[in-house]
Amino acid sequence: MKKLVVFFTIIFMTGASLAQTLEVCTTCPISSLKAAIAKAKAFDTVVVKKGRYNEYDVVIDKPLTIIGKNHPVIDGKNKGEIITIVSDSVTVDGLHLINVGTSYTEDYAAIRVKSSAHFVIRNLILEKLFFGIYIEKSNHGKIRNNKIIGDAVEEYNSGNGIQLWYSKHVDIEDNIVQHVRDGIYLEFSDFCTIKNNLSSLNVRYGLHFMFSNDDVYQDNEFSNNGAGVAVMFSKRIKMYNNLFKDNWGSASYGMLLKEINDSEIIGNTFEDNTVGINIEGSNRIIYKHNNFSNNGWAIKVRGACYANTYTENNFLYNSFDMAYNSNVNDNTFDRNYWSNYTGYDLNKDGVGDVPYRPVKLFTYIVNRTPETIILLRSMFIDIIDFSEKVSPVFTPDDLLDNNPLMKKVTW
Amino acid sequence: MLKILKYSFYDLMRSRWSYVYFAFYLLLGIVLLFLNNDLSKAVITLMNVIIVLVPLIGTIFGVMYYYNSKEFTELLLAQPLKRSSIFMGQYLGVAISLSMSLILGLGLPFVFYGLFESSAIWDFSLLLITGTFLTLIFTALAFNIALSNENKIKGFGYAILLWLFLAVIYDGLFLMTLIMFEDYPLDKLSLIGTMLNPIDLSRTLILLKLDISALLGYTGAVFKQFFGTSFGLIVSFAMLTVWVILPVLRIIFKSNKKDF
Repeated sequence: MKKLVVFFTIIFMTGASLAQTLEVCTTCPISSLKAAIAKAKAFDTVVVKKGRYNEYDVVIDKPLTIIGKNHPVIDGKNKGEIITIVSDSVTVDGLHLINVGTSYTEDYAAIRVKSSAHFVIRNLILEKLFFGIYIEKSNHGKIRNNKIIGDAVEEYNSGNGIQLWYSKHVDIEDNIVQHVRDGIYLEFSDFCTIKNNLSSLNVRYGLHFMFSNDDVYQDNEFSNNGAGVAVMFSKRIKMYNNLFKDNWGSASYGMLLKEINDSEIIGNTFEDNTVGINIEGSNRIIYKHNNFSNNGWAIKVRGACYANTYTENNFLYNSFDMAYNSNVNDNTFDRNYWSNYTGYDLNKDGVGDVPYRPVKLFTYIVNRTPETIILLRSMFIDIIDFSEKVSPVFTPDDLLDNNPLMKKVTW
Repeated sequence: MLKILKYSFYDLMRSRWSYVYFAFYLLLGIVLLFLNNDLSKAVITLMNVIIVLVPLIGTIFGVMYYYNSKEFTELLLAQPLKRSSIFMGQYLGVAISLSMSLILGLGLPFVFYGLFESSAIWDFSLLLITGTFLTLIFTALAFNIALSNENKIKGFGYAILLWLFLAVIYDGLFLMTLIMFEDYPLDKLSLIGTMLNPIDLSRTLILLKLDISALLGYTGAVFKQFFGTSFGLIVSFAMLTVWVILPVLRIIFKSNKKDF
């Protein structure tokens, strides 16, 4: 009996607070999103019907759910920001936002979340934008299944697709970001998950991390970006099963690591990049089960990198497996497969009997005098590489893989 | 000249060495394709072979042919024939038969493998074209050496030395210069250095089509701008042609002056 009373009380309570639904369409009494928001009470649902609405500076200041039916177009007419969310628990779903204003003094975004928690932004289509989705000081949100197609050409007058600033616990999943400056940009944002996104054809980086700790990004694809992916000044980042592809150009790389500590890079594929991973000042990183294939340089170590471990990676047909600019080595290489390995395996245990040296003399020379790359694949270079292999003078003599595998690693 | 060319050519076609050379390339092509299973990878490996072996074989074969057919040449010289046509005929006979062995030997396995449906066809044709150029250049150089040296041993010695210089030592010197002057802008210098050596030039041409192009961008746009454009390609081929013409002119000049 007591249970029943509780049950009915709950039903009654939820029924009382049950939100009403407001409809917005071009011919309805409520013909604009702004009017609907003004009329709505907290926790109401606003349904926007298919049509074209010219609106900008729409401020959502109460917990509402805004649902677009068949992607209604909200046209900002290049006048400024389109939607600004300043309340907790706001859901925006299924809108098509276009023509965000460009400004050199303010970062206009198609949709901005300001100091609010528990927001959900999903199924949006964003076009002709400056900044796309801009989250500032807002925690516990979800950004899912959005499609952001910009038209950025230059870095200085374009914005980022998805930008997080001082925001924690945000999930970014299944989004497509193309033709903007940075596909996804995180600054001072911790405990975020970035999953299953496609970030390609962006002017600068596919993904850009700054001062953001404890984030996870996995199963994303980053391809054809101006300079690849940059992860800088962050700690405890987990990077799993991403694909870095076709970041090809004079200052491009699959991934740039700068001042990254205690992170994990597992199961990623680096394909056809000028530099697979460019590493600077990064310590205690675990590289495992990654595929590096057909890159110019698979890994380029620029110095101040200590206690990193590289195990069970595949290095396949890269022009250079590794560039290393110092004489001291504190990193561990073990049980990798190197397609350039020429040793033998007499006892047939699948592990080569001669250690492999990933850094060649020629790599060292190219590091010193970049123009010498013109001699790549010359017979003379093969000869000096061989003699350096036999007795290392210029390259760190403890930088070697003692257990190079004879067959490609599978996992 | 055509008659002599025809004769030299048929003579060489009948000889064992042409077949050995042909068979070698045939085998190489087949083995590479079956081991690699990837056409563009096979082209890269093939490049390494062509750049080293084609000049070597061209040089040795040229010198050997000249010394072997010396008595016949002297017999021909007694006839009312132009000297230049005798030597040019012989030179072309050697060069063409060697190029044919190369093109057929490598071309056949690749064609059977399905070259025409592959995107590697341009890379492969470039490989064959540069290979042919290298044959023409080094056979001409070999004839020059043989014409200037009566002594067979000396002639062979110089021929090997020439090959060694262009294939290995030149790159060493080149590398040393680049490193010594690393404080200066080196783009132009390295460009010129590459143009001056036919082996380096062929290597760069092929590499630019394959894997080096983006790596080059790293050092500055000059290489890419130069070799990446059709202008660069034309200049490179012009340079290779100059490398053929100069030794050939010297053959004609030298053979007219030479006292047999």
